Amino acid sequence: MLRCKALVLQLGSFSLCADVSFAQGQATALIGPSGAGKSTLLAAIAGFLMPASGQLMWDDNDLMGTAPGTRPISMLFQDNNLFPHLSAAQNVGLGLRPNLRLDRGDEAKVAAALADVGLDGFADRRPAALSGGQQSRVALARVLVANRPIVLLDEPFEALGPALKDDMLDLVKSKLVAAGKTVIMVTHDPANARRIADMAAVVAEGEVTAPVATDALFDKPPAALKAYLG
Amino acid sequence: MAHSAVPVTARWPSAAAAALVLVLTLGTLGAVAWRAEWGGGLAPADWAAIRFTVIQSLLSALLSVLFAIPVARALARRRFRGRQLLITLLGAPFLLPVIVAVLGLLAIFGRGGLLNDGLVWLGFEPISIFGLHGVVLAHVFFNMPLAVRFILQGWLSIPAERFRLAASLNAPVGRLLEWPMLRAVVPSTFLVIFLICLTSFAVALTMGGGPRATTVELAIYQAVRFDFDLGRAALLACIQFALCVAAAALAWQVTGTDPIGSGLDRVVQRWDRGRPIGDYASIGLAAVFLLFPLVMIALRGVPGFLDMPGSVWAAALRSVTVAIGSATLCILMAVALALRGGAMVSVIGVMPLAASGLVVGTGAFLLVFPFVRPAEVALPVTMLVNATLALPFALRSLAPAVAQVNQDYGRLALSLSVDRWSWVALVILPRVRRPLGFAAGLAAALSMGDLGVIALFAGQAQETLPLAMYRLMGAYRMDAAASAALLLVGLSFALFWICDRWGRANAAV
Repeated sequence: MLRCKALVLQLGSFSLCADVSFAQGQATALIGPSGAGKSTLLAAIAGFLMPASGQLMWDDNDLMGTAPGTRPISMLFQDNNLFPHLSAAQNVGLGLRPNLRLDRGDEAKVAAALADVGLDGFADRRPAALSGGQQSRVALARVLVANRPIVLLDEPFEALGPALKDDMLDLVKSKLVAAGKTVIMVTHDPANARRIADMAAVVAEGEVTAPVATDALFDKPPAALKAYLG
Repeated sequence: MAHSAVPVTARWPSAAAAALVLVLTLGTLGAVAWRAEWGGGLAPADWAAIRFTVIQSLLSALLSVLFAIPVARALARRRFRGRQLLITLLGAPFLLPVIVAVLGLLAIFGRGGLLNDGLVWLGFEPISIFGLHGVVLAHVFFNMPLAVRFILQGWLSIPAERFRLAASLNAPVGRLLEWPMLRAVVPSTFLVIFLICLTSFAVALTMGGGPRATTVELAIYQAVRFDFDLGRAALLACIQFALCVAAAALAWQVTGTDPIGSGLDRVVQRWDRGRPIGDYASIGLAAVFLLFPLVMIALRGVPGFLDMPGSVWAAALRSVTVAIGSATLCILMAVALALRGGAMVSVIGVMPLAASGLVVGTGAFLLVFPFVRPAEVALPVTMLVNATLALPFALRSLAPAVAQVNQDYGRLALSLSVDRWSWVALVILPRVRRPLGFAAGLAAALSMGDLGVIALFAGQAQETLPLAMYRLMGAYRMDAAASAALLLVGLSFALFWICDRWGRANAAV
């Protein structure tokens, strides 16, 4: 279980309180208005933002003192998820060996991950020679080989068209959620949340509410969410 | 604990680079100040040198800017065949060895040059190029293209929509759009050129001279080389340093744009152009003024190219070696400092701008003199000094690129736990390859054409190609000098082209 205990995040005059838990092996959607702090919460969990106070625990481990790369977390950002000068296989390989010294076994794992996301035969292409959807798949393949228990999605598929975006969400569901990863995703769109996340939490007015069942949340939205959904 | 937003790279390379810059700027200044003979004060000749330095810089900057404005205006609003080529050529004087340009100008305005031939043929007295007007002429030759690029950038930064709006209102474009732009761009351009002319040595060495046309830099050189009066050289070096710091501090505050960058290939559609004759006249005159001296060198240099003395070829080899060493060192320092980033690094990066080659050279001379014969270390010292003097330009090209990579990919690399060396080797260097190649080419070409420190140190056995050329000119072997100039230009541009080309090749975005 990933627990934020009385976590306070401060950025200038903006502040956000989070006192929530994310159950292991579950997908949770964070929904709320722009600027409410959804991405800020993910940045703090990933280790890019130092909380002003509070605790961040993964089971019994305190994550606060550890560097982003040593946390049990993979993250997909809004953009710049791939290095443009490296091939698809190299980009995936970074998830396995961050110095890119891949042995035979590693290369096989990379190839398997690419095949797993439907990119068999694309190993040597650079990102510029891939479509937006294919680029997202490469990034996802890297998350697969890195094989860390927590996956944070900061709207990485936002630039894709609706059909491609649904494809990617389905892929996240079948490859990551089904494999028992703890997935936390930021979204603006209730349909996205319903598509893959069993649980959803509202980020609004400086607070993060406890995750509840997604369908229940949207069927009977609380006041803050209602105002946002219109 | 707080985490850095990018993978942390090792500390020692930037510390070593910073230390070297500090030794070569403040360290040499310290050596100079310690040896300076403060007691005697300034002699009348020293005051004359200071006065001449400031006056020629003011005049050069003023004329460069004045001539540049109509040319920039014409280039901003006319489209014609060869326009892009001309703009590219306007960037070339930055890489052109000073001594080569001087030789080209002498071929036209010098004693046996075209102009005097014409005057004599018409029955007039020949004029002498040497003195204030010669120095200013050479400086305008070098800096007017720079000014054109600066001011052209200003013109092109005015959005096309403003011209459309002005046209629909029938408002005066000059007063509404162009005058405010010039008021913002011209002062910074003026100051940058003023600073460049303040530290110019090779032009004063060749076009000036004599008690009435001696710059402070030239006076330092004469004090070391002819009088061996190290105390006086040191005193003059302190003065030069103070002048440069004052001008550099001013210039750095008011500049932001990069005159050698690209993006000047656009023409704004305008509705107030009138007849084109004036525009094409100023472009044509500028092109003739800039190209003719170079054509003269080619004409004079080609016939004797293969008959050049062997010493010239040996000097060329020495120059290429120094240039490659200097570019390598400069790039290593620039990368180390750019990776570290921060305000301290920016300060260290601009410090060499305030240092002049001759001040640094004099300091280095004083530092090594007690231990070895200066001539023995002439080439390594030249390499070090050239690398340091090119550092601000290399950093200006590299630092923003490195910062951009940090911003775009720092978090990704951190979340993947990429270690520091992999971060540099796998991400930074491939991503900044283009500015890296450009900076390396710039550093190599600047070092190749440099005639500064080497003149203080070198004996016959250490002469570089620019120095060999200068000595040929001193011996009035003008055709051989022209051949050497051709070789020097060719090598300078070849070095730049190879490095820049390497940076562009395979530059996958």
